[in-house]
Amino acid sequence: MKKVNCHRINIFLALLVLLAVQSAPARAAEPGEMLHNPAQEARAEKIGEQLRCLVCQNESIEASAAPLAHDLRVLIRHLIVKGDSNAQVKRYIVARYGNYVLLKPPFMEETLVLWLGPAFLLLAALVGFAFYFRTRREPDAARLSGKEQKRLDALLNEHPDQGGAA
Amino acid sequence: MKTLRHLPYLIPLALFAVLAGFMTWRLVLIAQGDTPNYIPSVTVGKPAPPFDLPPLYTGKPRFTSADLKGKVTLIDFFASWCVACRAEHPLLAGIKGHGAVLIGIAYKDKPQAAKAWLAKMGDPYDEVVTDAQGRTAIDFGLYGVPESYLIDKNGIIRMKETGPLTPEVIRDDLLPAIAVLNR
Repeated sequence: MKKVNCHRINIFLALLVLLAVQSAPARAAEPGEMLHNPAQEARAEKIGEQLRCLVCQNESIEASAAPLAHDLRVLIRHLIVKGDSNAQVKRYIVARYGNYVLLKPPFMEETLVLWLGPAFLLLAALVGFAFYFRTRREPDAARLSGKEQKRLDALLNEHPDQGGAA
Repeated sequence: MKTLRHLPYLIPLALFAVLAGFMTWRLVLIAQGDTPNYIPSVTVGKPAPPFDLPPLYTGKPRFTSADLKGKVTLIDFFASWCVACRAEHPLLAGIKGHGAVLIGIAYKDKPQAAKAWLAKMGDPYDEVVTDAQGRTAIDFGLYGVPESYLIDKNGIIRMKETGPLTPEVIRDDLLPAIAVLNR
């Protein structure tokens, strides 16, 4: 009985930990920044998560606490309230900061290597592996001499139950 | 011939060597002054964005994008809270008299703080205006202070300097550019 309870508690704790780490993405936005219209606010957050904070260049502007990120969040919300579409808002920011501000780089000539590189490398690795395994030589099956073959037969006939596939 | 069979084991080492070589090359470039975290400007070559900024000192006129026409202008975004601005500030006086109008824009700065800072550090600017919300700065594509923008007589942005100006940049890039734009 005790063992079963321990097991159940462990599962419960594991689930609890799993639940705890299912957190929403980190947000640096202050409550005062958020728009009253939930649909617009959701749009603003979605766009913000796709834009790079240029100060801490690995974070989105939604996650970054930098003052510039705050300014850009406010600007995005202002543009949304003004009536701009998601695409227009992004174009507005890209016009001022370039494609680097998009966290997902656009698929274009300059970024072909970036986008296709990993797939290409994976393909090359797979091809390399295929060649390696194909051309591996089989170890020569040892051939028994006549004497050794007779000895083997004798041994096998002595103990018919032994030998063979397990 | 036997050793050739073991050649594939050198592949990880070769890959490491290639990667290490590449990284070393980049580090050498950085040691020589390359700044990979500076993003290339997309506003250079385009007309300066329209703006209309109030003066820092009451009684002085506003400065607008219309005022850029007809002369070469160097716009310098600074702030009293910006530490790097202190390094560049003494050098600004050396830019005067070389054919460019020097405009200071106090970026997201309290007017009192900006005035006090200029009183202490000296005011080399022909005019000082304020961008309290930082909206004009965003229109220029600013992402840190200090930043300087060189604008030609037609109001087109010709050059952007990210970070504090250095004597080398002023001597080798800025002043020659101003001379060219004044022809």
